[in-house]
Amino acid sequence: MLLLRLILNNGDSVVTTLDQLLPGQFGQIVRIDGFDSIASRLREMGFIPGQSVQFVRTAPLGDPMKCSVQGSRIAVRSGEARRVYIEPILKPSVEPRS
Amino acid sequence: MAHSAELTRSAATSKRTLRVALVGNPNTGKSTLFNALAGMNVRTGNYPGVTIEKKIGRCNIGTYDIDLVDLPGTYSMAPRSPDELVAIEVLTGDAKNEPDVDVIVCVVNATLLQRNLFLFSQIVELGKPTILALNMSDAAEARGIAIDTDQLSKNLGVRVVATSASKRSGIADLKEAIQSELDHRGDKGAFAEPRKRPLPDEFYLVCDELRKELIERACTTGQHSGDPSKSDQDLVPDQYLIERMLLDRGGEAERRSVRRLGAAVLPAISAAREKLAAMLGDSTELECSARYAWAAAHLDGVVSQTRAKPHSATDWLDAILTHRVAGMVCFFAIMLVIFQCIYSFSSMPMDLIDGATGAVADLVTSFVAPGMLRSLLVDGVIAGVGGVLIFLPQIVLLFFFLAILEDCGYMSRAAFLVDRVMVTFGLSGKSFLPLMSSFACAVPGIMATRVIENRRDRFATIMVAPLMSCSARLPVYLLLIAAFVPATSVWGGWISTQPLVLMAMYFVGVVVAIPIAWLLKKTLLRGEVAPFVLELPDYKVPSVRVVFSRVWEAGREFVVRAGTLIFSASILIWFAGFWPGDHSRQFEVQREIEAIVVSDGPDSTQKTEKLESLEDEHRRLSSSLLKNSALGMIGRGIEPIVEPLGWDWRIGVGAVASFPAREVIIATLGTIYSLGGEVDEQDDGLIAAMRASTWPDGRPVFTIPVALSIMVFFALCAQCVSTLFVIKRETNSWFWPVLSFSYMTALAYAGAFMTYQVGTRFF
Repeated sequence: MLLLRLILNNGDSVVTTLDQLLPGQFGQIVRIDGFDSIASRLREMGFIPGQSVQFVRTAPLGDPMKCSVQGSRIAVRSGEARRVYIEPILKPSVEPRS
Repeated sequence: MAHSAELTRSAATSKRTLRVALVGNPNTGKSTLFNALAGMNVRTGNYPGVTIEKKIGRCNIGTYDIDLVDLPGTYSMAPRSPDELVAIEVLTGDAKNEPDVDVIVCVVNATLLQRNLFLFSQIVELGKPTILALNMSDAAEARGIAIDTDQLSKNLGVRVVATSASKRSGIADLKEAIQSELDHRGDKGAFAEPRKRPLPDEFYLVCDELRKELIERACTTGQHSGDPSKSDQDLVPDQYLIERMLLDRGGEAERRSVRRLGAAVLPAISAAREKLAAMLGDSTELECSARYAWAAAHLDGVVSQTRAKPHSATDWLDAILTHRVAGMVCFFAIMLVIFQCIYSFSSMPMDLIDGATGAVADLVTSFVAPGMLRSLLVDGVIAGVGGVLIFLPQIVLLFFFLAILEDCGYMSRAAFLVDRVMVTFGLSGKSFLPLMSSFACAVPGIMATRVIENRRDRFATIMVAPLMSCSARLPVYLLLIAAFVPATSVWGGWISTQPLVLMAMYFVGVVVAIPIAWLLKKTLLRGEVAPFVLELPDYKVPSVRVVFSRVWEAGREFVVRAGTLIFSASILIWFAGFWPGDHSRQFEVQREIEAIVVSDGPDSTQKTEKLESLEDEHRRLSSSLLKNSALGMIGRGIEPIVEPLGWDWRIGVGAVASFPAREVIIATLGTIYSLGGEVDEQDDGLIAAMRASTWPDGRPVFTIPVALSIMVFFALCAQCVSTLFVIKRETNSWFWPVLSFSYMTALAYAGAFMTYQVGTRFF
């Protein structure tokens, strides 16, 4: 975790949401919006504050989007991705795979 | 008395088959592991009243008889629906009529150990003997992930077994672990130390307080419950459900407590939640973070990356298969190849079954004298059941391809690709697999909707699944197209009109399904767009065992259906067409015909003439008997209803008779056209008879608009009792099957009416 913080964008990073990333970019999860079943499903599937997440690509028709978190590939719609607050980071030097 | 009762009980316990449950995330190779342990000795069904699939395999481990229970893959043990609560009750032994689970095997994907330990941390809290199966350990090894299983076992306090179900390694070790866990059941065994609890101690304190409070409350209010053996105290949820109640806002554990103890418990729950939030922050966030932290702490010193991670084949394949252009091309190519294979590979076995059916009918004809019994066997049973069994090869092939697509990991990519399109219709990408399956048969298609978590999406999918052109509609299309659609070439001879019409019939269902799904989501199933969170697993070579067992199950179910439902329907329809006429003259003529056919001597003109006149009489007799039978009377009763569709009473009767199962139309039409039962879509006799059929005034009954109107009717109508029963079972209500039946029948009538009325303007 400390390593991830060290390589953050020049210290004062901007918090944005997962759907704002460009394909291939990474982010570190800050929080998940909401406490309903969607939010818990995202958390159960590995979207946890502190974890890094990569936006890999979108589906051919623009939605859903494929992400990589904790070593697994997960497809979410942009509606769900909007609830994942992240700080954009450079490629994490340690693979998030457990 | 007491003594003997105790003896019986102890005998029963010693003989009791023990239960081992497999639990795990989706995509952990759990079903492969299940198959490796249980072999082919598997029964599937449902837990009463819910849609949780009950899959039980019998096997022997050491001296134990084991019932191996495979629970559906899940990411979490937080019960959000009644169904999920049943899964937990099966594990805790609270489920009605379900024996206790003796050992839980938690199957985890060794390549995603930390994520998978989330579920494990919930499983250990159930307090049952648990084994951790590190499945796909070969894949982890291939990626340079080394896992110290001894250390992990020490950290977690459970037995840990590295397995690779697809390579069938580690299975013996797993069996051994299960056996020793069973040997030590009852006593504390090797892993006696209390398991570390994943959540902070404060949480458990609040839980205990809440439980105490609920018990007290139950004791004070419990006086008016007359039955002392069933005191209200028993209704207080156990430790696990109390924990879930606090953690899952609006979850099923909370709903159940309110149902059992009354809404008065709600203030107590929210007070406890507030206390918890004041101490530790929000519960959901708390649980997930605590469990992941727990997992990370227990993996300390267990997992190491021995060498650089090789570039994953999955990412490489995904770059192509989910590419903007190439991905879509591959998607359509795969679908095309599958449908092509189903048609071309199934023709030979279908001919074989057809031949066999004919041979059996001939055999019965030669052994049984003309009469009621023969008529029942040949016209009723063989024509009905044989006509359905002929589709077995197609069903088996479709399931074969679906099982391969699912097991190799492509199905979730297909859902990913088409999700955007499905959202427009009010469905989701997860509806794709069920709808695709429905092209073979809506019954497995509707069962496959269980993968859709959102109730509204799931029900909308269930409602439109029967509109997909299933394989039972195919014979109707084939028969009518062969008889009435001219085989004209279009587009410079590349394509003939006949396959074009067939394709159009397949499109009718899809085109109608779109507005129906959209309408349902705007009215009865209105609500927010459901979330779509779908794991895209690693691609892998499909497991032969998993594919084979899936195909075998589907084939068996289909044959059983043919042997029960279609069998009974055939007999009923045969009876309605047979009764109440006097058939003695008809059988006499039949006997005379057969006597002439088998008689020796040269084929004289006289003999031929006699035969022809007898056959003519037989035809007339059968026709008039049918006209005056129960079926015929119904037919003439409904003639005014079907006339606007361009149908005569015979088609009307055929359509009505096909309501139990649409395949029945072929056999019914065969019977109706005085040809006896053994008629299939390739039978020139039926085609010729239909072409020759006329109205009383001499106009031909069948014209192109009539043929099209029949096909449209069959494309849209809910003529399948099994589908309606499955809808009832899966929705747990009669409303949905009734709605499905009514809207589809109304649509079918309207569609056929429009087709005929518009068609007659052109032809």
